[in-house]
Amino acid sequence: MEAVWEILEGLDWSPLLISMKTGIVATFISFFLGIYAARKVIKATPGKKAVIDGILTLPMVLPPTVAGFFLLLLFSKRRPFGIFLYENFDIKVVQTWLGCVIAATVIAFPLMYRNARAAFEQIDVNLIYAGRTLGMSEMQIFWKVVIPTAGPGVASGTILTFARALGEYGATSMLAGNIPGKTGTISQKIAMVIQDGDYLTAGIWVAIVIFIAFVIIVFMNLIAGKKMRNVKSW
Amino acid sequence: MGIKVDVKKRVGEFCLDVQFQSESSRIGILGASGCGKSMTLKSIAGIEIPDEGEIEADGNVFFHSGRKIHVKPQERNIGYLFQNYALFPTMTVAKNIGMGLKGSKQQNAERVQEMIRTFQLSGLESRLPGELSGGQQQRVALARIMAYEPDVILLDEPFSALDMFLKDRLQQELMEMLADYKGIVVLVSHSRDEIYRFCEDLVIMDKGKVVISGRTKDIFRNPEKKEAARLTGCKNFSRIRRIDEHHIEALDWGVELQISRDIPKNVTNVGFRAHEFIPIWGERRENCIKVCLAGTAELPFEKKFYLKPENLCWFLQKDKWWILEEKGMPDYLQFQEEHLLLLS
Repeated sequence: MEAVWEILEGLDWSPLLISMKTGIVATFISFFLGIYAARKVIKATPGKKAVIDGILTLPMVLPPTVAGFFLLLLFSKRRPFGIFLYENFDIKVVQTWLGCVIAATVIAFPLMYRNARAAFEQIDVNLIYAGRTLGMSEMQIFWKVVIPTAGPGVASGTILTFARALGEYGATSMLAGNIPGKTGTISQKIAMVIQDGDYLTAGIWVAIVIFIAFVIIVFMNLIAGKKMRNVKSW
Repeated sequence: MGIKVDVKKRVGEFCLDVQFQSESSRIGILGASGCGKSMTLKSIAGIEIPDEGEIEADGNVFFHSGRKIHVKPQERNIGYLFQNYALFPTMTVAKNIGMGLKGSKQQNAERVQEMIRTFQLSGLESRLPGELSGGQQQRVALARIMAYEPDVILLDEPFSALDMFLKDRLQQELMEMLADYKGIVVLVSHSRDEIYRFCEDLVIMDKGKVVISGRTKDIFRNPEKKEAARLTGCKNFSRIRRIDEHHIEALDWGVELQISRDIPKNVTNVGFRAHEFIPIWGERRENCIKVCLAGTAELPFEKKFYLKPENLCWFLQKDKWWILEEKGMPDYLQFQEEHLLLLS
């Protein structure tokens, strides 16, 4: 027990901060992108729908290292797009915190998109028709009718997205690397200390991750649960 | 005043091709499920976009494929009462009612209060739709529409999901609530009773096409077409052979019928309503058919007799059952000639 306190006292908390920042920003981006994509895909014709859905879902089913590979191809400073970003906007992605965010977003985005889409498709189309005949604009219908009605689905999508983004490892380690205090996330920290055989430090970080994930999920379930007071249990 | 609809729309195998016009402010569309009546209503609302044609209501052109006019549903000032009411499930009653209003916050709040009083929803303002009964939901849906004073109200099978008792009460309520409404009401239904009760003018649809349109009472009296007769509740049909101006042979019933009206040349079928038979005991008279009983069904207020030949139906009201108890089953049933429906 004393050893735990000793480690906690001297612990570098930067991985927690980096992981939380990455998770929050990636979830924020995925939230809007996912909802936008879900809406576009629902409107598309069946053929297009299948293809676009396939592309958007791929990052979820492929190993994260594959996503990491493509991200490196795209953003590497030795490749055209990476050069373009660096020379014109002074933006570096590889080995930076921005890389963490992009990797986490790409990996977590499909969860948001799929959950939002499923929730939207469940909505009674008459609600949208009713909104139109009532004179509501499409934007009003979307934000006042669709999103609240799809609330539980969107909320659970957000939870899963955050949980996924928080724990992202594979693509992050390839794109952003593990630079302590800069891109060193909790999951990378755990992998690193395990390699050193430091199971105690790894265990502490594991406990922290489990605690954060659990608290957030319970909290968001409570929020979603309020909106779902109409849903009967069975 | 009035409405003019002329639309074509193809959806897979189904082809909607509807034309009708009415000057009335209470119009009914009657048809079986899947005949396209709902699609017609949605076209009027602008929710469905026809392939071609034109739609005009109350002097406003909503749709004209030739002139490339398509007014958005938001701008048609139409009230659409959905079968499931389509109340926004996450909004309170008051919010739902206020959703169609365009005025200032203050004005809207007053209007919502007014609607809540008119539609007897006091005390339910902050309930969610899921916490209301079917009747209350319908009142909220109607209040939400009436709040913004639409030019046209479209009712899409508003009673089909309700039980008998509630249905009758809500029909009466709806009639009373619409009594002061000056605009056009179009009611779509598969129930002839609802249509007869509400509508001055009637359009009967079958398989995406208009079978007949005109005054409701005229159509019920003389449906002209077999499909129309069936939808207005006629149970007995027979193909015919026209003998001369005043005689036909009812082929399926195997009897010859004499009719003092002139029989038009294009008549192909004859119909007869199950309530209109006159039972005859003893001697055969003219326009009679010999029947024997195949089965009966007793309902609370009438008895249904299923007869041979050809599954004729005869319905007898409860107050006349005593005749049968006294005299037994009749030997013949007489077709009253003025009630014979000549159909093409």
